[in-house]
Amino acid sequence: MSSLDNRPAESHKGLLAFLAGLPGVDQVGAEARAAALGTRSIKKESKIWAIDLAISMVDLTTLEGADTPGKVKAMSAKALHPDPTDPGTPSVAAVCVYGDLVYAAREVVGDRIHVAAVATAFPSGRASLSVKLADTKDAVAAGADEIDMVIDRGAFLSGNYGKVFDEIVAVKQACGPAHLKVILETGELKTLDNVRKASWLAIKAGADFIKTSTGKVTPAATLPVTLVMLEAVRDYYQETNIRIGVKAAGGIKTSKDAIKYLVLINETVGDAWLTPDLFRFGASTLLNDLLLQRQKMITGHYSGPDYVTID
Amino acid sequence: MIGNDRVEVRKTHKLFIGGAFPRSESGRTYEVVNTRGEFLANIAKASKKDARDAVISARTGFNSWSKATAYNRGQVLYRIAEVMEGRKDQFINDIQDAEGISNKKAAAQTDQAIDRVVWYAGWADKYSQVLGNTNPVAGPFVNFSIPEPTGVVAAVAPQDSSLLGLISVIAPILVSGNSVIVIASTNSPIPAITLSECLATSDVVAGNINILTGDPAEIMPSLASHLDVNALDLTGVTDPELQASLEVEAAGSVKRVRKAPINPNWQATPSLSRIRAFTEIKTVWHPVGV
Repeated sequence: MSSLDNRPAESHKGLLAFLAGLPGVDQVGAEARAAALGTRSIKKESKIWAIDLAISMVDLTTLEGADTPGKVKAMSAKALHPDPTDPGTPSVAAVCVYGDLVYAAREVVGDRIHVAAVATAFPSGRASLSVKLADTKDAVAAGADEIDMVIDRGAFLSGNYGKVFDEIVAVKQACGPAHLKVILETGELKTLDNVRKASWLAIKAGADFIKTSTGKVTPAATLPVTLVMLEAVRDYYQETNIRIGVKAAGGIKTSKDAIKYLVLINETVGDAWLTPDLFRFGASTLLNDLLLQRQKMITGHYSGPDYVTID
Repeated sequence: MIGNDRVEVRKTHKLFIGGAFPRSESGRTYEVVNTRGEFLANIAKASKKDARDAVISARTGFNSWSKATAYNRGQVLYRIAEVMEGRKDQFINDIQDAEGISNKKAAAQTDQAIDRVVWYAGWADKYSQVLGNTNPVAGPFVNFSIPEPTGVVAAVAPQDSSLLGLISVIAPILVSGNSVIVIASTNSPIPAITLSECLATSDVVAGNINILTGDPAEIMPSLASHLDVNALDLTGVTDPELQASLEVEAAGSVKRVRKAPINPNWQATPSLSRIRAFTEIKTVWHPVGV
């Protein structure tokens, strides 16, 4: 595999030309568009539908150094039954953990929901390709059916797109049957032009999902960034009829924010993407807020944090 | 401003939530008149959603205020009195306009309100000695009871005593470490708004005191049923039916409720009963060697 690192740039000529030919993003326009969609008023019946949809799109995440098998198991149980007081609450889409804790999550959720593992030296991505591939294979072997990989931002920012591309291709291969989500870490890419380039790069390299952020860098997911990524997904679909998923991760904490994302999806790529198969929220605290709002919708009175689990 | 060509600087009266001064989310206002029926100001008319935001702020405020030491809470309350002292003239004018009373009476009420804050500030590190106790028990235990703050308290300030009454309601709630969402007197809210400007500069934890203006009958039901509110102070609720329905709503989550007093005398020196009303007594059985 190490030969991939040193593959001459010539073999990427087409890719490099394509990336160079991408039109720049109108940043002011993207921000204005995202802000305008964020003000859309959602009526009550739609809101309850949106909240249930958002819950079913959550990748319930714990990515802390202090994670224990016990914590992951407890979180997995919550992922299956987010609100024990209401069995009608949908399960979340997946739990997202570090590779070494995949077994603990799998033990609890069985095959009822997905188990996603972060791999490839998450969150920095600073490791050699062989380590990244071993990390990936390890997680898949432990039972992960979704892999969240990080791109090498250092290579991307220094213009070494070929290296980033080859790594994604290699990791995709190592994933086998598992779905691959490629984390662009947009907070480190700085410009929306870069986000557009990285989105296309990841899609062309074989990503099943493109994901905004690790959640470890601020800013994480924002509406304008997600808009640009959705546009890439839309344009790719129009070209190839293949639907790529998008995952917004980090910094989405309230139901209100989540609903803004749903509006953004609907208006950018259409309602075909309003499914957990094609859109995800990577979040830990968002789920509790969704549950509180859901309880409010159903009971008519405001709920409080004492009525949902802490983690 | 007569004989002066300055452009008048007019004031927008706003809510006080989370240490900031937002307009009502609903964008509504209502007119407040003085006792002669003359227009005084447009006042923000808080909605249920403003109350919801206030609860979130109050919970955040509670988490730090309740952990402050008793000594520190006393200092912060005293600081409120200091800042109020500096705004005395404004309070006197506000109260005169609001209640239609003489300058002298308004000044007396302002003095009493400031003194009331100081009075409660003094209790911050003393009330637990009075309300708490070591209890004699028949067994090898040290057994003691101590009061702890109840949590987030939603209060309705008295309708008639625009500053002294308001202070008499919120100070005892705060002293033990609770946070408060108070709905100011509907017809005389301006002294409460001036108070909020004092609070913003008094080292009060942001969100610990939230002042809403508007109609308690509209705002209180959502607070009474809100699961993240721990107690209600219905001092300023004048309609017995509203009081009864709020009690019913509060029962859903077993909130403490302090009912409206009959003919309250705000001038009189208070007792500790208002502090006691918003504390929970915790009793600890600590084993000791026989």
